[in-house]
Amino acid sequence: MPLIFNIQRFSTHDGPGIRTTVFFKGCPLACAWCHNPESQAFEPELMVDEERCTGCGACISACPAGAIVRAGDGSVTTDRSRCTACGACVDACADGLREIAGDQQLPASALARRLLADRMFFERSGGGVTLSGGEVLAQDGAYLEELCRELHNEGVHVAIDTCGQAPWKRIERLLPHVDLWLYDMKALDPDIHARCTGHTNDLILSNLERLAQAGARINVRVPVVHPVNDGIEAMDALVAYVTSRLAGARLSLLPYHATGNGKYRRLGREAHSGFSAPTDEQMERLCQLFIDRGITDVEIGG
Amino acid sequence: MPDIETPAAVCDGGFAKLHNQALAAIDAALVAVRSHAAPTRVTSHATWEDDRGMNERVKRLRHQSETTQPYLDMERALIETATYLEHEGSVSTPELRGMVLRDYFAKKTITIEPGELIVGEKGRGPQAAPTFPELCCHTLDDMHNMNDREQVNFCVTADDLAAQENIVIPYWSARASREKIMRAQTPAWHDAFEAGIFTEFYEQRAGGHTCLGSERGVSAGFDEIRADIQAAIDSLDYMADENAVSKRDELSGMLIALDAVTILAERYAELAERMAAEESDAARAAELKQVAENCRTVAHGRPQTFWQWIQRYWFIHLAITSETNPWDAYTPGRLDQHLIPYYRADVEAGRLDREHALELLECLWVKFNNQPAPPKVGVTLKESGTYSDFANINTGGITPEGADGVNEVSYLILDCMDEMMFIQPNSNVQISRKTPRRFLLRACEVARAGWGQPAFYNTEEIVDELLAAGKSLSDARRGGSSGCVETGCWGYEAYPLTGYFNLPKILEITLHNGVDPRTGKRIGLATGDPRGFATYEELFEAYLAQMRYFIDIKVRGSNVNTQICARENPVPFMSLMTEDCIARGQDYNAGGARYNTTYLQGVGIGSITDALASLKCNVYDERRMTMDELMDTLDSDFAGEEGTRIRGIVSRHTPKYGNDDDYADDIMRAVFDVFRDYVTGRPNMRRGEWRVDMLPTTCHIYFGEVTGASPSGRRAGEPVSDGISPEAHADVCGPTAVIASCAKMDHASTGGTLLNQKFAPAAIEGERGLSNLADLVRTYFDMGGHHIQFNIIDRATLIDAREHPENYRDLIVRVAGFSEKWCNLGRELQDEIINRTEQGF
Repeated sequence: MPLIFNIQRFSTHDGPGIRTTVFFKGCPLACAWCHNPESQAFEPELMVDEERCTGCGACISACPAGAIVRAGDGSVTTDRSRCTACGACVDACADGLREIAGDQQLPASALARRLLADRMFFERSGGGVTLSGGEVLAQDGAYLEELCRELHNEGVHVAIDTCGQAPWKRIERLLPHVDLWLYDMKALDPDIHARCTGHTNDLILSNLERLAQAGARINVRVPVVHPVNDGIEAMDALVAYVTSRLAGARLSLLPYHATGNGKYRRLGREAHSGFSAPTDEQMERLCQLFIDRGITDVEIGG
Repeated sequence: MPDIETPAAVCDGGFAKLHNQALAAIDAALVAVRSHAAPTRVTSHATWEDDRGMNERVKRLRHQSETTQPYLDMERALIETATYLEHEGSVSTPELRGMVLRDYFAKKTITIEPGELIVGEKGRGPQAAPTFPELCCHTLDDMHNMNDREQVNFCVTADDLAAQENIVIPYWSARASREKIMRAQTPAWHDAFEAGIFTEFYEQRAGGHTCLGSERGVSAGFDEIRADIQAAIDSLDYMADENAVSKRDELSGMLIALDAVTILAERYAELAERMAAEESDAARAAELKQVAENCRTVAHGRPQTFWQWIQRYWFIHLAITSETNPWDAYTPGRLDQHLIPYYRADVEAGRLDREHALELLECLWVKFNNQPAPPKVGVTLKESGTYSDFANINTGGITPEGADGVNEVSYLILDCMDEMMFIQPNSNVQISRKTPRRFLLRACEVARAGWGQPAFYNTEEIVDELLAAGKSLSDARRGGSSGCVETGCWGYEAYPLTGYFNLPKILEITLHNGVDPRTGKRIGLATGDPRGFATYEELFEAYLAQMRYFIDIKVRGSNVNTQICARENPVPFMSLMTEDCIARGQDYNAGGARYNTTYLQGVGIGSITDALASLKCNVYDERRMTMDELMDTLDSDFAGEEGTRIRGIVSRHTPKYGNDDDYADDIMRAVFDVFRDYVTGRPNMRRGEWRVDMLPTTCHIYFGEVTGASPSGRRAGEPVSDGISPEAHADVCGPTAVIASCAKMDHASTGGTLLNQKFAPAAIEGERGLSNLADLVRTYFDMGGHHIQFNIIDRATLIDAREHPENYRDLIVRVAGFSEKWCNLGRELQDEIINRTEQGF
């Protein structure tokens, strides 16, 4: 059963209206700038806010694996190679500095029921449910089909937020139950894509084109990351691609932001450096570039 | 006969001379207190040019309003004392109270400020605050405190102090209602009051809580009303009606009180004429002439224009708030609906355009802002620590016939509140199913500026609440929310609030078997040592027993106070503005209104829910700790390692209200239902019944101060939850979950609930953000929510404002059912607002 690391209510940036977004854990890509690093692994992971740790040591005795030790300088450290993410230390920490990412699992029908809690908000605002991740399409196909079908049967607008790195068959079976595809496009250049995400983009592009041919509503979302994909050449290529292959798709430009960097530290990892956020003016210029070249359904954020 | 030497005092004019000396002393004191100019204060608008307002006139008036420091005004107290000396004993109490108003309006200082289009002040000028010694006779310590305290202070001069010491205190200290109320209460009441179980609204102020709304109140000329009252007197049946004489006294008091407002209007007419004659600027002279004509017209007849309607309302407002010190001032109620016929007729006739109408509204807004709530001290200051006097204007909603009430003036009012950005009037909107989305979005846009106005009220829920309380459909549709969120049928109902009720504190008393651990005194029932309770149900039953015990004490106490207020402080002017006081010949405070409700305001429902949920979950269901361990921890305020460990568990690993989690929300409902059912329907000594409200004003700070550590992880002394909002940091699932939890309360069975939400500006930016905010409001109202309001400001700004208040002199935030300047809030309240959960996305 898929692991869930967050269910975000009043989510207002993943599709239209007031939405609830489900974040599934695990992703086939490993984007260097990922701002949800806890979404990448398919297993539960411990996150520790060591900066605020008072060193009380309550977690040391709570850990059944003996993975938490006091270092020579008195600080408390966690040996991640021994951590099983059992969660015993989470309860022990009086300051709430420890959590397990991906500690929820719910059968599809139970999850659907929970997501209906905000149905009145969805209906008022034209919102709904967005399934995200990690990579939602990396999860069990039958589970996803049941979840989407149940929501759809209840009249809930369903959006899938995906990187597209998934077998077409899994996408195909969801088609009847999904109203909107939020489809990430990180780079058109296969080499850049491979370098930054760990995979080339051929499957991603073919899936996207097949979705378009199938008449699905698509919102292409481009994370704008300096200096990876914000150059004029890359954008020109994108314009050409969208114009020729994806007529009618909406384009969203999502400026990179570094707010995920703290999460890397809490996972005991190093954030990649070398990326920076485009300025507001730069985003406006890019947006205008698309409009000038005939792609008018374009927005910043969303 | 033996030769007895007559004392000199008796020979030398006797009582007559003493009497004249007393009146002369008052006259001298009046001269002295009037000799002081209004004090000033600094705002972040250095000059009038950079102040807010649509044009120079409004900017100047706003600047004067904001840069005048509120100050004590002794005129009213002194003139009232003279009235009592001259007339008490020779007339009935309602007549005497009418004379107090008449003499005050005949003798008070009046001025017209440069540029004013609407005239009249409650005191000597803008920001002057009269006192009401018949209700609460301030001690000299009180007066020093008002002057010296850091927040919500009032300048007091040496002459004010002398007048208070030599005239007001000697005459009023034993007469003040406050003393009579305190003397009338039982030891059990005093124990509970001192422990902070509840507060008492009649302690320093009088009942009030109504708005303009009756047909007569909205549009009749004062001479017409005079004729109505005279007709009621003429038709009294002295052959059959055993109350005919008391009715005559009351009606006669109304005639005198009505004369008061005519006298004031005529005085202003004369002043404006005089000033017009001396004015060199022709345009201003013409304005003053028009002001004179407006005053002259409404002194007797119906208002003929938009401008005259506003002027007429303002005189009514002054009369009601000068007659007594009513909680929550007074308001024009449905201002947009009252004004629209005049607006359309004036525009049609070419007398008025949109700009000028907006200017008049902005001038009215300045007038509201010129009237700080009368100075409070002690517990009353703690429960309502603000300059705002809660004049709450509801815009939008529906008409008495049930049609959409939004009109051209509704949009003008939104523009006015947006531009003026005042803490008062408390300007808000009612949203009904019929409200156009354009209006809702414009209201959200104004609210997004972040300072808390407008708040949003749900028309359909208000109508349901009023119907549930037995009002007719058309009367219910005339209703709205006044004060903070309190529901009433405007112009037809007296619905005073009686005090706040500390729901979390009662659990502390229960856990200590009836003893208040702060004092060691037994103030509640002996319901047993909680360590001996085998089940959560036993504990809950003990809590309910204590709650019922304290509700009985509170209701009894307020019923006594209601009768004392009716006897001592009839309000003939408020009565003639409220149906059916004239027809019944009965006072507003004594059951004369068509509907009479008494409200008790529950505070801390979020805190009590989380405390009980923690006990149920951690002690009984999950058995993570024993009652003994938890009690020890609470008594030590979570001290030591064990305290830290337990606080960690109860703070984070326990279901809490505000997350749409039925484990906690069911407890909320159970507590609320018992509280409501035990209060609702009790007789209130004014032909009506008790009902409940769920709002705090600033009382959640005070109630937190007196309440020890909570099983929810709340530390001793920290604020309890406000309104029906979750406890600080308890809600972690976003605003939709908060709303879903809150909607599980049956709002229609209350007289109003208050929900605060705080947003980071980024959460609702852009058009989509605005739309989402509107839909959030709509959905809450679909679910039956009564009210929601927003602070939209980021945490970093508030923290900076706490450290550097001098840079934020004009920062306004939403507190409870009102907005207040950041600088006027105490540190505890600032912290509480900073700590409210910031809803992101």
